[in-house]
Amino acid sequence: MKKNGFLALAFHTVFVIFMVAPILVVCVVAFTPEGFLSLPTNGLSLRWFRAIADYPEFIRAFWTSVYLGAVSSTIAVILAVPAALAFSRYAFPGKGALSAFFLSPLMIPHVVLGIAFLRFFTQGGISGTMTALIIAHVVVVFPFALRLTLSAATGMDRSIESAAISLGASNFTLFRRVTLPLILPGVISGWALSFIQSFDEVTMTVFLAAPGTETLPVRMFLYVQDNIDPLVTSVSAVVIAITMAVLIILDRLYGLDAVLSGHSDRNS
Amino acid sequence: MAEGRNPVAVASLLLPATLLFIAVLVIPLIMTVLLSFYSWGQYTGIVEDFTAENWIEVFTDPYFGEIFLRTLRISFLATLLAALFGAPEAYILKRMNPRWRGLFMLVILGPLLMSVVARTLGWALLFGGNNGVANQFLMGIGLIDAPLPFMFTETGVVIALAHVMMPFMVLSVWASLQRLDPQVENAARSLGASQFTVVRRVLLPQIMPGILSGSIIVFALSASAFATPAIIGGRRLKVASTLAYDEFLNTLDWPLGAAVAVLLLIGIVLIIVASNALVERRYAEVFR
Amino acid sequence: MSFLELSDLRKTYGNVVALENFNLSVEKGEFISLLGPSGCGKTTTLQMIAGFTEPTSGRIVLGGRDLVSMPPAKRGLGIVFQSYALFPHLTAAENVAFGLEMRGIDRASREERVREALAMVGLKGYEDRYPRRMSGGQQQRVAVARALVIRPEILLLDEPLSNLDAKMREEMQSELLSIQRRLGTTTILVTHDQQEAMALSNRVVVMSKGRIEQIATPVEAYNNPASSFVASFLGKTNTLSGEIRGGTLVVGEFRAAVSGADGPVAVTLRPEKMRFDSTGLRGTVTARVFQGNCWSYQVQTAQGEVLVLRQNDGQPLPVEGDAVFLSWSPADMGLRREGLSHG
Repeated sequence: MKKNGFLALAFHTVFVIFMVAPILVVCVVAFTPEGFLSLPTNGLSLRWFRAIADYPEFIRAFWTSVYLGAVSSTIAVILAVPAALAFSRYAFPGKGALSAFFLSPLMIPHVVLGIAFLRFFTQGGISGTMTALIIAHVVVVFPFALRLTLSAATGMDRSIESAAISLGASNFTLFRRVTLPLILPGVISGWALSFIQSFDEVTMTVFLAAPGTETLPVRMFLYVQDNIDPLVTSVSAVVIAITMAVLIILDRLYGLDAVLSGHSDRNS
Repeated sequence: MAEGRNPVAVASLLLPATLLFIAVLVIPLIMTVLLSFYSWGQYTGIVEDFTAENWIEVFTDPYFGEIFLRTLRISFLATLLAALFGAPEAYILKRMNPRWRGLFMLVILGPLLMSVVARTLGWALLFGGNNGVANQFLMGIGLIDAPLPFMFTETGVVIALAHVMMPFMVLSVWASLQRLDPQVENAARSLGASQFTVVRRVLLPQIMPGILSGSIIVFALSASAFATPAIIGGRRLKVASTLAYDEFLNTLDWPLGAAVAVLLLIGIVLIIVASNALVERRYAEVFR
Repeated sequence: MSFLELSDLRKTYGNVVALENFNLSVEKGEFISLLGPSGCGKTTTLQMIAGFTEPTSGRIVLGGRDLVSMPPAKRGLGIVFQSYALFPHLTAAENVAFGLEMRGIDRASREERVREALAMVGLKGYEDRYPRRMSGGQQQRVAVARALVIRPEILLLDEPLSNLDAKMREEMQSELLSIQRRLGTTTILVTHDQQEAMALSNRVVVMSKGRIEQIATPVEAYNNPASSFVASFLGKTNTLSGEIRGGTLVVGEFRAAVSGADGPVAVTLRPEKMRFDSTGLRGTVTARVFQGNCWSYQVQTAQGEVLVLRQNDGQPLPVEGDAVFLSWSPADMGLRREGLSHG
């Protein structure tokens, strides 16, 4: 294959700078020693990272997000695995419609979901509770969990299951000893992607979270709405660093474009 | 087993997820549609009568028309920007040495999984009024004399949205590039085509479905974007989703907010379904 | 009653008939091949014996027990799949042990039997290898060991050698054969490779379009094909048109004494059964191709193109352009009257 020419590489450089610049600027400003937003020209300082400790609402919001992400992606995966097996193993009427139904949260604007859930939970009397947040997040991350478990389940050589059956495996044994271990990579990456989606979700959650159940992105969003100062940049830098770490692990394990293609094909 | 017809098994595997979706997706959406037909008063709150007044207001008041038009304009421009830059970049990535490619894929696709608030905050810092880094840079290389207004402008929202959505476009074009037979380009070149002709006559027609389906994704996500227009656009430069948010959480006129949200949902679903159908009909042969 | 009895098996998918009128009796210890091109119904038959496909109608009886009503997990058959279908997350030994575990066999005798089975297929020392780290041939052996270690009443082989290269395939053929002979396990092989079927089996079941064309020993099926399909599927065949006149077969200039009523007949002849002679069917050599152990000739005759194979045994042979006469021993030819009204 022909190599990229000079023009292509120049374009590429500009493109990469464009993609990286806003993220980089957040991380750099976070190290400012000044009391206001500025590029750290007089040396680097960790003062704004230390300052996070003085704002317990960020810490609390962080743990809320972690808990919410872990619980909702776990529930989503538990629901997605049997559904993925049904989709990959059986032919039944309405299959296409049902899978479109399960993927539909990808198509619905999160503002609409936020409004619908707010009305629903208010009527149900659980508005602002953790339970409400978990239910809402399970719905929005379910498509991601389903996509990845489904591609693992369809990609698997079916004769391996036939072999296990012919050797006398019962349905339960078949699932526990053969099917689950074989789709496990898909299940894990489905969980991880769901977790990240839940952890980053802000638009829907901003409608649903009450002061006790604010997630980190919601807290950050509300903070930024009031004023932008170095504190929120250091919080953002921490979030970026954590995401980077998860990202690199996912990339090493499964290859990023494989994980993300479940993410991009929302219309197919 | 091999035939895969076992109604009991299918039902029991699919039932939990289906029940959940009906209970906490279908019902809330129906409730929202109903809500949009209720009336609201400053002192009465939500009255569960049945009126079209919210819908009439949304469709007749030019204030709403302007906001929906702005939403469309911003989404269209962000999509255009993403396609113009994302598609060539995907092609450059494809031709890159695999070792470098892995790194740059991570750099370009990685932001997809990063907090939208953090990414938008970055743009707010870059724009940052008159002495934002972007303006300082543009003035530094002599491209402009006076600082351009980015913050609280449509231009700023479009740029930030294009950045947020760019990974979707690159992924989509990348996927269609993956399906290409690498020999086809060589075949065209062996027949005497120049690099430019190869791109225009051979490559572009084949990756067009990828660009178009990427555009559909980017457009739909831009039209429903919330955090980016809220932060960069501020309180004055409203789009459909920030409008619905304000009606809900500031004005507290839930029925009107519901009408705006339902209209946004219907608009986006229609656009996605229609353009998908168009793309698939037009490129049915290429998709095979 | 035979050991395995398949009677009146029929399978339809909607309006499509995948298999019909399938009747087969298999004796204990026999090696049977189901042979035919893809879509002939051989795999469907195997799937029905294994229990992964339900017959639309018909019976499958193994040792007096009805198999159709039995779930596949309870049938106790050993199956070697085309893709081998090894459990990629288990080692070779764990793969082989799986079926024993399912049978609740205690650890000690399990380990013993796994060791034996792997030794039998020549994989001593590979116990802890994962399938990914083994060659195609080695994976194949693990699959065979896994299927046989449960001491199945029947061993089903679904195109087991099709993923191996030619040399490996031959090696595995003779190994499979010797293992099968040693254990005496009744074996049913599904294949589209007539060489493989003939090399391995006691009897072949030649199938086409969902029907059985012939059930016979390989020699019988090759020498006396029951139909032109069998004849052409089991190797190259020349079909010449001739006529019987008063006890003499006339094919062009060729004459031979035969019994039978007067009238036109189709004469089928294997290429290697034809020889160059001083009299017989007249023709001209148009091309010849060297194939190592033999020469393959194309001879143009008044009857059309005829294919002739001659041993490369050092005897002088004709070259392109030579005028030749073709003859054969009447015992080597097949005569058929069907479908000859128009020659």
